[in-house]
Amino acid sequence: MTAMLETKNLGISFGGLKAVDGLSLQINKGQLYGLIGPNGAGKTTVFNLLTGVYKPTSGNFFLDGEKLTGHNTIEINKKGIARTFQNIRLFKQLSVLDNVKVGLHNDYKYSTAEGVLRLPGFFSKEKQMNEKALNLLEVFDLADDKDRLSSNLPYGKQRKLEIARALATSPKLLLLDEPAAGMNPNETQELMDTIRFVRNKFDMTILLIEHDMRLVSGICEEITVLNFGTVLAQGETSKVLKDPEVVKAYLGD
Amino acid sequence: MKSLNNLNKNTKRNMITYGIVVAMFVFCFVYTATGAASNLFQGILVPICVNVILAISLNLTVGILGELSLGHAGFMCVGAFAGSIFSVMTSSSIESAFIRFPLAIIIGGIAAAIIGILVGIPVLRLRGDYLAIVTLAFGEIIKNIVNNLYIVKDSSGLHMLIGVDAYNNMEFDPLNKNVIVNGAMGITGTPKDSNYIAGFILIAITLVVILNLVNSRTGRAIMSIRDNRIAAESVGINITKYKLIAFTISAFFAGVAGVLYSHNLSSLVATKFDYNYSILILVFVVLGGIGSMRGSIIAAVILTALPELLRGLSDYRMLMYAIILIVMMLVNNNENMSYYKEKLFGGIKGKFAAKKNQNDGMKGVS
Repeated sequence: MTAMLETKNLGISFGGLKAVDGLSLQINKGQLYGLIGPNGAGKTTVFNLLTGVYKPTSGNFFLDGEKLTGHNTIEINKKGIARTFQNIRLFKQLSVLDNVKVGLHNDYKYSTAEGVLRLPGFFSKEKQMNEKALNLLEVFDLADDKDRLSSNLPYGKQRKLEIARALATSPKLLLLDEPAAGMNPNETQELMDTIRFVRNKFDMTILLIEHDMRLVSGICEEITVLNFGTVLAQGETSKVLKDPEVVKAYLGD
Repeated sequence: MKSLNNLNKNTKRNMITYGIVVAMFVFCFVYTATGAASNLFQGILVPICVNVILAISLNLTVGILGELSLGHAGFMCVGAFAGSIFSVMTSSSIESAFIRFPLAIIIGGIAAAIIGILVGIPVLRLRGDYLAIVTLAFGEIIKNIVNNLYIVKDSSGLHMLIGVDAYNNMEFDPLNKNVIVNGAMGITGTPKDSNYIAGFILIAITLVVILNLVNSRTGRAIMSIRDNRIAAESVGINITKYKLIAFTISAFFAGVAGVLYSHNLSSLVATKFDYNYSILILVFVVLGGIGSMRGSIIAAVILTALPELLRGLSDYRMLMYAIILIVMMLVNNNENMSYYKEKLFGGIKGKFAAKKNQNDGMKGVS
């Protein structure tokens, strides 16, 4: 069985600085995988490598057996990797529904001319898009807010909307960059349920970066710990978190 | 009634915008038909239509795409000259203005759109201030090229020359020489095909195209780029493609406005389409509210009519114009003013809402 995501010796250096070096990991289909590490360890850089924002200077990565190294962001998204951002990046002046519909852009196509002239293709595709987007919003309990401007949503819902938008691109792998950042314990608990629900409902493979150890130990089956761009520890969550090296990296000597 | 309630907010807003245009047309039609309209009023109608189309089309670039473009008059210039050249050359072969003018409009629009694509490909890689500076330069370049353009028809065919030296050194057949575009002297003898009815039809077409575009898959993609480029890319939106689509459509309608403009004048020179004109169009957009098509229309109408209405003030005309401009700017962006506006219009809106609730209630009973 091939892994959903496999990275082999993945690395990038900016000038002399090796931001990520020799990262190898395997995530199986349907797995919830965590990527943790102290600030500046290179976690978000890994996400930027996996989504084509940066091109790796060494190593390769494969999605479902297909080599994606060197592709750009748009191609990688079409191949099936979607992400959320550490600092929420919604389309602020668009409605909640439209945010999700932008995510459906590449799955439901009609031409610009069909849209401008309001030909039948426009109405049938828009109807399908609305249905699909509403279904997704219902999963995240956002259906009642569909006509609100996304910037007017409370913080927790904005995070959820970002996940909904990423799922709208029908990815095989979902990357969540600190989904619980800035959330209170209740919201975090709710988010954990949502992430689990998404994994089960969509049979999704999820890789997430998180600082909240309660969330990580609560939902991640396996984790990789990064420190200064290199892998410090890897494996089953409960075992890795007890590793004295990991504790040292987080808390100091 | 149910279907009306189901219309979403955007559709309602668009209906109001269409309503305003239709109301303006009906007013103009009745006013001129009764013979009550002065020459001044009739003379200003086509320039108003031209400016409204320009404002709406620039708003697509500035408000919807979110990029500042300072070269809109350049695209208008291309459209104006392309349309005029076509009309001058075919005025003897195509007799009917009903066929010639629409063709001129399409040709002018397409010419401007092609230049829009050519300018857009390099320019849209830039962002913010850089884009503004480069579009400003392109506007000036287009103006200066057209200002030095000579198109002459003689027995050996059509000659297109750039620069006065090239023109003077060229030997034409003196018997059959017909100068169509005469450099800095511009183009003369454009048939006067424009009128306010054509203008309103073109406004309606521009509005329908742009509002439909905004409320479609393409429009959402364009707005997503405006709101967050990185996120748009992460969900698979092709940034360059959609920027170019918006820019090109914007240029197309600037060209259309140019044709309407040039067919209202007997002689046309390129120097009219300078930096000041581009800024004027931008003022319509900014003053009307960036991204608001209705605001652009209203601002374009007021600011085009204003200098003419203030003509009685003679020397103080531009002073008053500036003061009114500043007052409009302050009023539009003032928090206290929006409070008064709410107070003023809130009552009307409240009544509507009450009526709507009543209807919903009745539905519940039946």
